[in-house]
Amino acid sequence: MEHVLQQIGIDQYIYLSIILFSIGAFGILYRRNAIVMFMSIEIMLNAANLLLVAFSNYHEDANGQVFVFFTMAVAAAEVAIGLAILVAIYRNIGSIDIDKLKNLKG
Amino acid sequence: MSTLIALASLAVLILVLEIINLRKTIVPLTLIGLLVALGFNICNFNTIDSFYNNMIVINKTTTLFSSLFIVLTFFIVALGQSFYKEQYDKISDYTSLKIFLLIGAYCMVAFGNMVMFFLGLEILSITLYILAGSDRTNIKSNEAGMKYFLMGSFASGFILFGIALIYGATASFDLDQIQLASSQLAMPKWFMVGFVLMLVGLLFKIAAFPFHFWAPDVYQGSPLLTTTTMSTLAKVAAVAAFYKLSLVFFPAMPANFSNLIAFLIIVTLIVGNVMALKQNNIKRLMAYSGISHAGFMLMAILLGKQAEPHLFYYMVAYAIAGIAAFSVILYVCQDKKEELVIHFRGFAKHKPVLAVTLSLALLSMAGIPILAGFFGKLFLFTQALNQGYYVMVVIAVITSIISIYYYFKVIIVMFTYKNADANTTYQKNFIYSTVAIIAIVINLIIGFCPSLIIDLF
Repeated sequence: MEHVLQQIGIDQYIYLSIILFSIGAFGILYRRNAIVMFMSIEIMLNAANLLLVAFSNYHEDANGQVFVFFTMAVAAAEVAIGLAILVAIYRNIGSIDIDKLKNLKG
Repeated sequence: MSTLIALASLAVLILVLEIINLRKTIVPLTLIGLLVALGFNICNFNTIDSFYNNMIVINKTTTLFSSLFIVLTFFIVALGQSFYKEQYDKISDYTSLKIFLLIGAYCMVAFGNMVMFFLGLEILSITLYILAGSDRTNIKSNEAGMKYFLMGSFASGFILFGIALIYGATASFDLDQIQLASSQLAMPKWFMVGFVLMLVGLLFKIAAFPFHFWAPDVYQGSPLLTTTTMSTLAKVAAVAAFYKLSLVFFPAMPANFSNLIAFLIIVTLIVGNVMALKQNNIKRLMAYSGISHAGFMLMAILLGKQAEPHLFYYMVAYAIAGIAAFSVILYVCQDKKEELVIHFRGFAKHKPVLAVTLSLALLSMAGIPILAGFFGKLFLFTQALNQGYYVMVVIAVITSIISIYYYFKVIIVMFTYKNADANTTYQKNFIYSTVAIIAIVINLIIGFCPSLIIDLF
Protein backbone atom coordinates (compact mmCIF):
# COMPACT_ATOMS: atom_id res chain seq x y z
CA MET A 1 0.00 0.00 0.00
CA GLU A 2 2.81 2.38 0.74
CA HIS A 3 3.83 2.91 -2.83
CA VAL A 4 0.27 4.03 -3.65
CA LEU A 5 0.50 6.76 -1.04
CA GLN A 6 3.89 7.81 -2.43
CA GLN A 7 2.56 8.05 -5.96
CA ILE A 8 -0.59 9.99 -5.13
CA GLY A 9 0.30 11.89 -1.97
CA ILE A 10 -1.62 12.49 1.25
CA ASP A 11 -2.97 15.86 0.07
CA GLN A 12 -5.10 14.26 -2.61
CA TYR A 13 -6.69 11.95 -0.05
CA ILE A 14 -7.50 14.91 2.19
CA TYR A 15 -9.07 16.84 -0.69
CA LEU A 16 -11.11 13.83 -1.75
CA SER A 17 -12.49 13.23 1.72
CA ILE A 18 -13.24 16.94 2.19
CA ILE A 19 -15.20 16.87 -1.09
CA LEU A 20 -17.10 13.75 0.00
CA PHE A 21 -17.80 15.28 3.41
CA SER A 22 -19.16 18.45 1.79
CA ILE A 23 -21.36 16.39 -0.54
CA GLY A 24 -22.79 14.64 2.51
CA ALA A 25 -23.30 17.88 4.46
CA PHE A 26 -25.03 19.64 1.55
CA GLY A 27 -27.13 16.55 0.95
CA ILE A 28 -28.51 16.79 4.48
CA LEU A 29 -29.13 20.51 4.16
CA TYR A 30 -30.82 20.53 0.74
CA ARG A 31 -32.48 17.15 0.11
CA ARG A 32 -35.89 16.51 1.67
CA ASN A 33 -36.27 12.77 1.21
CA ALA A 34 -35.39 10.94 4.43
CA ILE A 35 -33.66 8.01 2.72
CA VAL A 36 -31.41 10.36 0.73
CA MET A 37 -30.61 12.21 3.96
CA PHE A 38 -29.59 8.92 5.60
CA MET A 39 -27.33 8.22 2.64
CA SER A 40 -25.81 11.68 3.05
CA ILE A 41 -25.06 10.95 6.71
CA GLU A 42 -23.34 7.74 5.62
CA ILE A 43 -21.28 9.66 3.06
CA MET A 44 -20.14 12.08 5.78
CA LEU A 45 -19.11 9.27 8.11
CA ASN A 46 -17.38 7.36 5.32
CA ALA A 47 -15.48 10.46 4.24
CA ALA A 48 -14.08 10.56 7.76
CA ASN A 49 -13.31 6.83 7.55
CA LEU A 50 -11.40 7.32 4.32
CA LEU A 51 -9.41 10.10 5.92
CA LEU A 52 -8.63 7.94 8.96
CA VAL A 53 -7.38 5.09 6.78
CA ALA A 54 -5.29 7.44 4.65
CA PHE A 55 -3.67 9.01 7.71
CA SER A 56 -3.21 5.60 9.27
CA ASN A 57 -1.21 4.56 6.22
CA TYR A 58 0.65 7.86 6.16
CA HIS A 59 1.76 7.60 9.79
CA GLU A 60 2.27 3.81 9.53
CA ASP A 61 0.12 3.41 12.63
CA ALA A 62 -2.66 0.83 12.89
CA ASN A 63 -4.81 2.77 15.40
CA GLY A 64 -6.58 4.69 12.66
CA GLN A 65 -7.75 1.55 10.93
CA VAL A 66 -9.02 0.07 14.20
CA PHE A 67 -11.01 3.25 14.80
CA VAL A 68 -12.62 2.78 11.39
CA PHE A 69 -14.10 -0.54 12.57
CA PHE A 70 -15.65 1.17 15.58
CA THR A 71 -17.02 3.93 13.39
CA MET A 72 -18.58 1.45 10.98
CA ALA A 73 -20.31 -0.36 13.84
CA VAL A 74 -21.57 2.93 15.26
CA ALA A 75 -22.79 4.11 11.83
CA ALA A 76 -24.68 0.87 11.31
CA ALA A 77 -26.39 1.19 14.70
CA GLU A 78 -27.22 4.81 14.02
CA VAL A 79 -28.86 4.14 10.66
CA ALA A 80 -30.81 1.22 12.14
CA ILE A 81 -32.31 3.60 14.70
CA GLY A 82 -33.00 6.18 12.00
CA LEU A 83 -34.84 3.64 9.84
CA ALA A 84 -36.89 2.48 12.84
CA ILE A 85 -38.00 6.06 13.50
CA LEU A 86 -38.76 6.46 9.79
CA VAL A 87 -40.98 3.35 9.81
CA ALA A 88 -42.89 4.79 12.77
CA ILE A 89 -43.36 8.05 10.85
CA TYR A 90 -44.51 6.23 7.72
CA ARG A 91 -47.09 4.32 9.75
CA ASN A 92 -48.46 7.58 11.13
CA ILE A 93 -48.55 9.86 8.10
CA GLY A 94 -47.93 7.55 5.12
CA SER A 95 -45.02 9.55 3.75
CA ILE A 96 -41.28 9.93 4.27
CA ASP A 97 -41.07 13.55 3.14
CA ILE A 98 -39.31 15.53 5.87
CA ASP A 99 -41.22 18.70 4.94
CA LYS A 100 -44.46 17.11 6.14
CA LEU A 101 -43.10 17.02 9.69
CA LYS A 102 -44.17 20.46 10.84
CA ASN A 103 -46.09 19.85 14.04
CA LEU A 104 -43.56 21.31 16.42
CA LYS A 105 -43.64 25.08 16.47
CA GLY A 106 -43.53 27.71 19.19
CA MET B 1 -13.44 1.08 35.89
CA SER B 2 -15.40 -1.06 38.37
CA THR B 3 -18.19 1.50 38.08
CA LEU B 4 -18.36 0.98 34.35
CA ILE B 5 -18.41 -2.82 34.70
CA ALA B 6 -21.08 -2.59 37.39
CA LEU B 7 -23.24 -0.36 35.21
CA ALA B 8 -22.85 -2.55 32.13
CA SER B 9 -23.78 -5.71 34.02
CA LEU B 10 -26.72 -3.86 35.59
CA ALA B 11 -28.05 -2.92 32.15
CA VAL B 12 -27.79 -6.52 30.94
CA LEU B 13 -29.33 -7.80 34.19
CA ILE B 14 -32.40 -5.64 33.61
CA LEU B 15 -32.94 -7.25 30.21
CA VAL B 16 -32.51 -10.71 31.75
CA LEU B 17 -35.04 -9.92 34.51
CA GLU B 18 -37.60 -9.19 31.81
CA ILE B 19 -37.01 -12.62 30.26
CA ILE B 20 -37.41 -14.49 33.55
CA ASN B 21 -40.65 -12.64 34.37
CA LEU B 22 -39.49 -10.48 37.23
CA ARG B 23 -40.77 -7.26 35.71
CA LYS B 24 -42.02 -5.88 39.03
CA THR B 25 -38.54 -5.92 40.55
CA ILE B 26 -36.80 -4.05 37.73
CA VAL B 27 -37.00 -0.48 39.03
CA PRO B 28 -36.14 -1.23 42.69
CA LEU B 29 -33.22 -3.45 41.62
CA THR B 30 -31.96 -0.78 39.22
CA LEU B 31 -32.04 1.80 41.97
CA ILE B 32 -30.06 -0.52 44.26
CA GLY B 33 -27.62 -1.24 41.41
CA LEU B 34 -27.12 2.47 40.81
CA LEU B 35 -26.38 2.97 44.51
CA VAL B 36 -23.80 0.16 44.31
CA ALA B 37 -22.20 1.82 41.28
CA LEU B 38 -22.16 5.12 43.18
CA GLY B 39 -20.50 3.27 46.07
CA PHE B 40 -17.77 1.91 43.77
CA ASN B 41 -17.28 5.41 42.46
CA ILE B 42 -16.93 6.96 45.90
CA CYS B 43 -14.48 4.21 46.98
CA ASN B 44 -12.25 5.27 44.09
CA PHE B 45 -12.48 8.88 45.16
CA ASN B 46 -8.78 9.62 45.53
CA THR B 47 -7.33 7.09 43.11
CA ILE B 48 -5.67 8.12 39.89
CA ASP B 49 -5.57 5.26 37.47
CA SER B 50 -5.78 4.36 33.81
CA PHE B 51 -7.00 1.22 32.05
CA TYR B 52 -6.51 -0.48 28.68
CA ASN B 53 -3.67 1.60 27.24
CA ASN B 54 -5.01 4.83 28.65
CA MET B 55 -8.46 4.30 27.10
CA ILE B 56 -10.16 5.08 30.42
CA VAL B 57 -8.63 7.48 32.88
CA ILE B 58 -9.90 7.73 36.44
CA ASN B 59 -9.10 10.82 38.47
CA LYS B 60 -10.90 13.14 40.85
CA THR B 61 -12.67 15.08 38.09
CA THR B 62 -13.93 11.91 36.46
CA THR B 63 -15.16 10.50 39.76
CA LEU B 64 -17.02 13.65 40.75
CA PHE B 65 -18.68 14.23 37.39
CA SER B 66 -19.70 10.59 37.00
CA SER B 67 -21.11 10.53 40.55
CA LEU B 68 -23.34 13.43 39.54
CA PHE B 69 -24.47 11.48 36.45
CA ILE B 70 -25.29 8.42 38.56
CA VAL B 71 -27.34 10.49 41.00
CA LEU B 72 -29.26 12.09 38.11
CA THR B 73 -29.95 8.69 36.56
CA PHE B 74 -31.15 7.48 39.96
CA PHE B 75 -33.79 10.20 40.01
CA ILE B 76 -34.75 9.65 36.36
CA VAL B 77 -35.17 5.88 36.76
CA ALA B 78 -37.26 6.47 39.89
CA LEU B 79 -39.52 8.86 37.97
CA GLY B 80 -39.83 6.24 35.23
CA GLN B 81 -41.60 3.81 37.59
CA SER B 82 -44.63 6.06 37.53
CA PHE B 83 -44.19 7.67 34.09
CA TYR B 84 -44.27 4.35 32.21
CA LYS B 85 -47.21 3.01 34.25
CA GLU B 86 -49.42 2.66 31.18
CA GLN B 87 -46.84 0.78 29.14
CA TYR B 88 -45.33 -1.15 32.03
CA ASP B 89 -44.60 -4.16 29.81
CA LYS B 90 -41.82 -2.11 28.21
CA ILE B 91 -40.26 -0.91 31.48
CA SER B 92 -37.16 -3.10 31.01
CA ASP B 93 -36.39 -1.43 27.67
CA TYR B 94 -36.80 2.07 29.01
CA THR B 95 -34.80 1.39 32.17
CA SER B 96 -31.95 -0.43 30.47
CA LEU B 97 -31.76 2.30 27.81
CA LYS B 98 -31.31 4.82 30.61
CA ILE B 99 -28.49 2.77 32.09
CA PHE B 100 -26.84 2.53 28.65
CA LEU B 101 -27.21 6.28 28.40
CA LEU B 102 -25.42 6.58 31.73
CA ILE B 103 -22.63 4.32 30.41
CA GLY B 104 -22.25 6.68 27.45
CA ALA B 105 -22.14 9.66 29.80
CA TYR B 106 -19.54 7.89 31.96
CA CYS B 107 -17.33 7.23 28.92
CA MET B 108 -17.64 10.89 27.99
CA VAL B 109 -15.96 12.02 31.20
CA ALA B 110 -13.62 9.07 31.70
CA PHE B 111 -12.06 8.92 28.25
CA GLY B 112 -8.31 9.14 27.76
CA ASN B 113 -8.52 8.43 24.06
CA MET B 114 -10.57 9.96 21.26
CA VAL B 115 -11.96 6.51 20.35
CA MET B 116 -13.55 6.22 23.78
CA PHE B 117 -14.87 9.77 23.56
CA PHE B 118 -16.53 9.10 20.20
CA LEU B 119 -18.01 5.80 21.36
CA GLY B 120 -19.35 7.37 24.57
CA LEU B 121 -20.87 10.23 22.64
CA GLU B 122 -22.55 7.85 20.21
CA ILE B 123 -23.87 5.56 22.95
CA LEU B 124 -25.39 8.61 24.63
CA SER B 125 -26.81 10.00 21.39
CA ILE B 126 -28.22 6.76 20.00
CA THR B 127 -30.07 5.93 23.22
CA LEU B 128 -31.46 9.46 23.25
CA TYR B 129 -32.69 9.13 19.65
CA ILE B 130 -34.61 6.01 20.69
CA LEU B 131 -36.01 7.64 23.83
CA ALA B 132 -37.04 10.79 21.93
CA GLY B 133 -39.03 8.75 19.42
CA SER B 134 -40.25 6.19 21.95
CA ASP B 135 -43.92 7.27 21.89
CA ARG B 136 -44.41 5.51 18.57
CA THR B 137 -48.04 6.33 17.82
CA ASN B 138 -47.63 10.02 18.55
CA ILE B 139 -46.53 11.92 15.45
CA LYS B 140 -44.94 14.67 17.56
CA SER B 141 -42.67 12.19 19.26
CA ASN B 142 -41.78 10.68 15.86
CA GLU B 143 -40.96 14.10 14.53
CA ALA B 144 -38.83 14.92 17.57
CA GLY B 145 -36.95 11.64 17.19
CA MET B 146 -36.37 12.23 13.49
CA LYS B 147 -35.18 15.82 13.96
CA TYR B 148 -32.92 14.84 16.79
CA PHE B 149 -31.56 11.90 14.81
CA LEU B 150 -30.77 13.97 11.71
CA MET B 151 -29.24 16.86 13.63
CA GLY B 152 -27.38 14.57 16.02
CA SER B 153 -25.80 12.39 13.36
CA PHE B 154 -24.90 15.50 11.36
CA ALA B 155 -23.05 16.73 14.45
CA SER B 156 -21.44 13.30 15.00
CA GLY B 157 -20.17 13.44 11.41
CA PHE B 158 -18.48 16.77 12.16
CA ILE B 159 -16.93 15.43 15.36
CA LEU B 160 -15.64 12.31 13.57
CA PHE B 161 -14.13 14.32 10.73
CA GLY B 162 -12.52 16.61 13.28
CA ILE B 163 -11.03 13.62 15.13
CA ALA B 164 -9.68 12.27 11.82
CA LEU B 165 -7.96 15.58 11.01
CA ILE B 166 -6.49 15.81 14.52
CA TYR B 167 -5.24 12.24 14.14
CA GLY B 168 -3.64 13.28 10.87
CA ALA B 169 -1.85 16.15 12.57
CA THR B 170 -0.67 14.39 15.71
CA ALA B 171 -0.51 10.69 14.68
CA SER B 172 -2.34 9.68 17.86
CA PHE B 173 -5.79 9.40 19.42
CA ASP B 174 -4.40 9.60 22.92
CA LEU B 175 -5.24 12.85 24.73
CA ASP B 176 -1.87 13.07 26.51
CA GLN B 177 0.06 12.52 23.31
CA ILE B 178 -2.11 15.01 21.41
CA GLN B 179 -1.42 17.56 24.15
CA LEU B 180 2.30 16.80 24.03
CA ALA B 181 2.48 16.99 20.25
CA SER B 182 0.44 20.17 19.96
CA SER B 183 2.50 21.99 22.58
CA GLN B 184 5.91 20.99 21.22
CA LEU B 185 5.72 20.60 17.44
CA ALA B 186 4.48 23.05 14.85
CA MET B 187 1.07 21.78 13.86
CA PRO B 188 -0.17 21.67 10.27
CA LYS B 189 -3.16 23.87 9.42
CA TRP B 190 -5.61 21.00 9.55
CA PHE B 191 -5.08 20.55 13.30
CA MET B 192 -6.95 23.80 13.88
CA VAL B 193 -9.56 22.93 11.26
CA GLY B 194 -10.04 19.61 13.05
CA PHE B 195 -10.68 21.23 16.40
CA VAL B 196 -13.08 23.76 14.89
CA LEU B 197 -15.06 20.91 13.32
CA MET B 198 -15.17 19.19 16.72
CA LEU B 199 -16.26 22.48 18.26
CA VAL B 200 -19.19 22.62 15.81
CA GLY B 201 -20.26 19.12 16.84
CA LEU B 202 -19.88 19.84 20.55
CA LEU B 203 -21.86 23.09 20.33
CA PHE B 204 -24.60 21.04 18.66
CA LYS B 205 -24.60 18.55 21.50
CA ILE B 206 -24.78 21.12 24.29
CA ALA B 207 -27.29 23.24 22.27
CA ALA B 208 -25.38 26.52 22.17
CA PHE B 209 -25.64 29.27 19.55
CA PRO B 210 -25.42 28.96 16.47
CA PHE B 211 -26.45 25.28 16.71
CA HIS B 212 -29.27 25.52 19.24
CA PHE B 213 -32.27 25.45 16.88
CA TRP B 214 -33.03 21.76 17.31
CA ALA B 215 -33.43 21.98 21.09
CA PRO B 216 -36.91 23.59 21.44
CA ASP B 217 -38.53 21.32 18.83
CA VAL B 218 -36.98 18.14 20.17
CA TYR B 219 -37.71 19.03 23.79
CA GLN B 220 -41.32 19.80 22.93
CA GLY B 221 -42.00 16.64 20.95
CA SER B 222 -40.24 14.07 23.14
CA PRO B 223 -42.03 12.29 25.99
CA LEU B 224 -41.71 14.40 29.13
CA LEU B 225 -39.33 12.07 30.93
CA THR B 226 -37.01 12.06 27.91
CA THR B 227 -37.05 15.85 27.96
CA THR B 228 -36.02 15.64 31.61
CA THR B 229 -33.13 13.33 30.70
CA MET B 230 -32.00 15.54 27.82
CA SER B 231 -32.07 18.77 29.73
CA THR B 232 -30.31 17.42 32.81
CA LEU B 233 -28.14 14.34 32.22
CA ALA B 234 -27.35 14.65 28.51
CA LYS B 235 -26.58 18.36 28.69
CA VAL B 236 -24.36 18.02 31.74
CA ALA B 237 -22.50 15.07 30.19
CA ALA B 238 -21.86 16.95 26.95
CA VAL B 239 -20.60 19.98 28.87
CA ALA B 240 -18.27 17.77 30.92
CA ALA B 241 -16.83 16.19 27.77
CA PHE B 242 -16.43 19.63 26.19
CA TYR B 243 -14.62 20.83 29.31
CA LYS B 244 -12.24 17.88 29.24
CA LEU B 245 -11.44 18.43 25.56
CA SER B 246 -11.06 22.18 26.04
CA LEU B 247 -8.25 21.63 28.56
CA VAL B 248 -6.26 19.85 25.85
CA PHE B 249 -7.12 21.93 22.80
CA PHE B 250 -7.66 25.52 23.95
CA PRO B 251 -3.97 26.14 24.77
CA ALA B 252 -3.03 25.05 21.22
CA MET B 253 -5.42 27.52 19.60
CA PRO B 254 -4.46 31.05 18.49
CA ALA B 255 -4.71 33.89 21.02
CA ASN B 256 -7.94 35.39 19.71
CA PHE B 257 -9.75 32.05 19.85
CA SER B 258 -11.06 32.93 23.32
CA ASN B 259 -12.74 36.00 21.79
CA LEU B 260 -14.70 33.70 19.49
CA ILE B 261 -15.86 31.60 22.45
CA ALA B 262 -16.73 34.73 24.44
CA PHE B 263 -18.78 35.98 21.48
CA LEU B 264 -20.61 32.63 21.23
CA ILE B 265 -21.37 32.77 24.97
CA ILE B 266 -22.80 36.29 24.71
CA VAL B 267 -25.04 35.41 21.76
CA THR B 268 -26.12 32.11 23.37
CA LEU B 269 -27.17 33.95 26.54
CA ILE B 270 -29.10 36.59 24.59
CA VAL B 271 -30.81 34.12 22.24
CA GLY B 272 -31.75 31.68 25.00
CA ASN B 273 -33.16 34.24 27.39
CA VAL B 274 -34.91 36.50 24.86
CA MET B 275 -36.55 33.67 22.91
CA ALA B 276 -37.84 32.11 26.15
CA LEU B 277 -39.90 35.23 26.87
CA LYS B 278 -42.65 34.48 24.35
CA GLN B 279 -43.04 30.73 24.91
CA ASN B 280 -46.32 29.40 26.27
CA ASN B 281 -45.30 25.73 26.28
CA ILE B 282 -43.38 24.84 29.43
CA LYS B 283 -41.14 22.34 27.58
CA ARG B 284 -40.09 24.96 25.03
CA LEU B 285 -39.54 27.41 27.88
CA MET B 286 -37.27 24.92 29.63
CA ALA B 287 -35.46 24.28 26.32
CA TYR B 288 -34.60 27.96 25.89
CA SER B 289 -33.66 28.21 29.55
CA GLY B 290 -31.41 25.19 28.92
CA ILE B 291 -29.78 27.04 26.02
CA SER B 292 -29.02 30.01 28.25
CA HIS B 293 -27.60 27.68 30.93
CA ALA B 294 -25.39 26.11 28.26
CA GLY B 295 -24.06 29.64 27.79
CA PHE B 296 -23.22 29.94 31.48
CA MET B 297 -21.50 26.54 31.50
CA LEU B 298 -19.52 27.51 28.38
CA MET B 299 -18.32 30.48 30.40
CA ALA B 300 -16.73 28.10 32.90
CA ILE B 301 -15.18 26.16 30.01
CA LEU B 302 -13.66 29.38 28.67
CA LEU B 303 -12.15 30.18 32.08
CA GLY B 304 -10.21 26.91 32.10
CA LYS B 305 -8.76 24.76 34.84
CA GLN B 306 -9.21 27.12 37.80
CA ALA B 307 -12.97 27.31 37.17
CA GLU B 308 -13.37 23.53 37.46
CA PRO B 309 -14.97 23.46 40.96
CA HIS B 310 -17.28 26.27 39.91
CA LEU B 311 -18.28 24.48 36.71
CA PHE B 312 -19.08 21.39 38.76
CA TYR B 313 -21.03 23.42 41.29
CA TYR B 314 -23.02 25.11 38.53
CA MET B 315 -23.78 21.74 36.92
CA VAL B 316 -25.01 20.25 40.19
CA ALA B 317 -27.16 23.29 40.89
CA TYR B 318 -28.63 23.36 37.39
CA ALA B 319 -29.24 19.62 37.04
CA ILE B 320 -30.76 19.13 40.49
CA ALA B 321 -33.02 22.16 40.04
CA GLY B 322 -33.97 20.74 36.63
CA ILE B 323 -34.93 17.39 38.18
CA ALA B 324 -37.06 19.15 40.80
CA ALA B 325 -38.77 21.38 38.24
CA PHE B 326 -39.47 18.55 35.80
CA SER B 327 -40.86 16.27 38.53
CA VAL B 328 -43.46 18.91 39.33
CA ILE B 329 -44.14 19.45 35.61
CA LEU B 330 -44.63 15.68 35.31
CA TYR B 331 -47.02 15.83 38.24
CA VAL B 332 -49.11 18.58 36.66
CA CYS B 333 -49.03 17.38 33.06
CA GLN B 334 -49.26 13.61 33.62
CA ASP B 335 -52.65 13.28 31.88
CA LYS B 336 -52.54 16.34 29.62
CA LYS B 337 -51.86 16.22 25.91
CA GLU B 338 -49.78 19.37 25.80
CA GLU B 339 -47.64 20.95 28.48
CA LEU B 340 -48.89 24.53 28.36
CA VAL B 341 -48.12 27.13 31.01
CA ILE B 342 -51.86 27.75 31.53
CA HIS B 343 -52.20 24.22 32.88
CA PHE B 344 -50.46 25.47 36.01
CA ARG B 345 -53.33 27.84 36.85
CA GLY B 346 -54.37 27.53 40.46
CA PHE B 347 -51.87 24.76 41.13
CA ALA B 348 -50.74 26.45 44.34
CA LYS B 349 -54.21 26.13 45.80
CA HIS B 350 -54.37 22.38 45.16
CA LYS B 351 -50.79 21.44 46.04
CA PRO B 352 -49.03 24.27 47.88
CA VAL B 353 -45.91 22.25 48.74
CA LEU B 354 -45.25 21.19 45.14
CA ALA B 355 -46.00 24.69 43.87
CA VAL B 356 -43.39 26.07 46.26
CA THR B 357 -40.96 23.36 45.12
CA LEU B 358 -41.38 24.32 41.47
CA SER B 359 -41.03 28.00 42.37
CA LEU B 360 -37.81 27.35 44.28
CA ALA B 361 -36.42 25.26 41.40
CA LEU B 362 -37.19 27.99 38.87
CA LEU B 363 -35.80 30.68 41.19
CA SER B 364 -32.63 28.64 41.55
CA MET B 365 -32.31 28.56 37.76
CA ALA B 366 -32.93 32.31 37.63
CA GLY B 367 -30.23 32.85 40.24
CA ILE B 368 -32.02 34.21 43.31
CA PRO B 369 -29.87 34.25 46.50
CA ILE B 370 -29.77 31.41 49.02
CA LEU B 371 -30.57 28.92 46.24
CA ALA B 372 -27.73 27.00 44.64
CA GLY B 373 -28.15 28.61 41.21
CA PHE B 374 -27.25 32.02 42.61
CA PHE B 375 -23.92 30.88 44.01
CA GLY B 376 -23.14 29.00 40.81
CA LYS B 377 -23.54 32.23 38.85
CA LEU B 378 -21.75 34.30 41.49
CA PHE B 379 -18.64 32.08 41.40
CA LEU B 380 -18.56 32.07 37.60
CA PHE B 381 -18.96 35.85 37.35
CA THR B 382 -16.25 36.45 39.96
CA GLN B 383 -13.84 34.19 38.08
CA ALA B 384 -14.69 35.82 34.76
CA LEU B 385 -14.14 39.31 36.21
CA ASN B 386 -10.77 38.24 37.59
CA GLN B 387 -9.77 37.13 34.12
CA GLY B 388 -10.96 40.39 32.56
CA TYR B 389 -14.07 39.42 30.58
CA TYR B 390 -16.01 42.55 31.62
CA VAL B 391 -18.38 42.80 28.64
CA MET B 392 -19.32 39.14 28.93
CA VAL B 393 -20.15 39.45 32.64
CA VAL B 394 -22.24 42.60 32.14
CA ILE B 395 -24.30 40.89 29.42
CA ALA B 396 -24.60 37.73 31.51
CA VAL B 397 -25.98 39.73 34.43
CA ILE B 398 -28.44 41.60 32.19
CA THR B 399 -29.69 38.37 30.60
CA SER B 400 -30.12 36.71 34.02
CA ILE B 401 -32.32 39.64 34.98
CA ILE B 402 -34.34 39.08 31.78
CA SER B 403 -34.63 35.40 32.66
CA ILE B 404 -36.37 36.25 35.96
CA TYR B 405 -39.30 37.54 33.87
CA TYR B 406 -40.14 34.23 32.22
CA TYR B 407 -39.49 32.12 35.30
CA PHE B 408 -41.84 34.40 37.24
CA LYS B 409 -44.46 34.03 34.49
CA VAL B 410 -44.88 30.38 35.53
CA ILE B 411 -44.77 31.19 39.25
CA ILE B 412 -47.40 33.95 38.89
CA VAL B 413 -49.69 31.63 36.92
CA MET B 414 -49.48 29.09 39.74
CA PHE B 415 -50.15 31.50 42.59
CA THR B 416 -52.46 34.23 41.33
CA TYR B 417 -55.06 32.58 39.11
CA LYS B 418 -57.18 31.32 41.96
CA ASN B 419 -60.14 30.14 39.89
CA ALA B 420 -58.86 27.05 38.19
CA ASP B 421 -61.37 25.02 36.19
CA ALA B 422 -63.74 23.41 38.62
CA ASN B 423 -63.09 19.97 37.15
CA THR B 424 -59.31 20.21 37.40
CA THR B 425 -58.02 17.51 39.68
CA TYR B 426 -54.49 16.34 40.13
CA GLN B 427 -53.90 12.65 40.54
CA LYS B 428 -51.91 11.91 43.64
CA ASN B 429 -48.48 10.71 42.74
CA PHE B 430 -46.13 9.74 45.51
CA ILE B 431 -43.01 9.25 43.36
CA TYR B 432 -43.11 12.58 41.52
CA SER B 433 -43.64 14.57 44.71
CA THR B 434 -40.98 12.68 46.67
CA VAL B 435 -38.34 13.13 43.95
CA ALA B 436 -39.22 16.82 43.59
CA ILE B 437 -38.90 17.45 47.32
CA ILE B 438 -35.67 15.48 47.72
CA ALA B 439 -34.12 17.31 44.76
CA ILE B 440 -35.09 20.75 46.05
CA VAL B 441 -33.77 19.90 49.51
CA ILE B 442 -30.40 18.96 47.97
CA ASN B 443 -30.48 22.24 46.06
CA LEU B 444 -31.15 24.20 49.27
CA ILE B 445 -28.42 22.34 51.18
CA ILE B 446 -25.73 23.05 48.61
CA GLY B 447 -27.07 26.58 48.39
CA PHE B 448 -26.59 27.10 52.13
CA CYS B 449 -23.13 25.54 52.19
CA PRO B 450 -21.50 25.79 48.75
CA SER B 451 -18.25 24.63 50.35
CA LEU B 452 -19.71 21.09 50.49
CA ILE B 453 -19.15 20.89 46.74
CA ILE B 454 -16.30 23.35 46.18
CA ASP B 455 -14.06 21.74 48.83
CA LEU B 456 -14.24 18.36 47.12
CA PHE B 457 -11.64 19.53 44.60
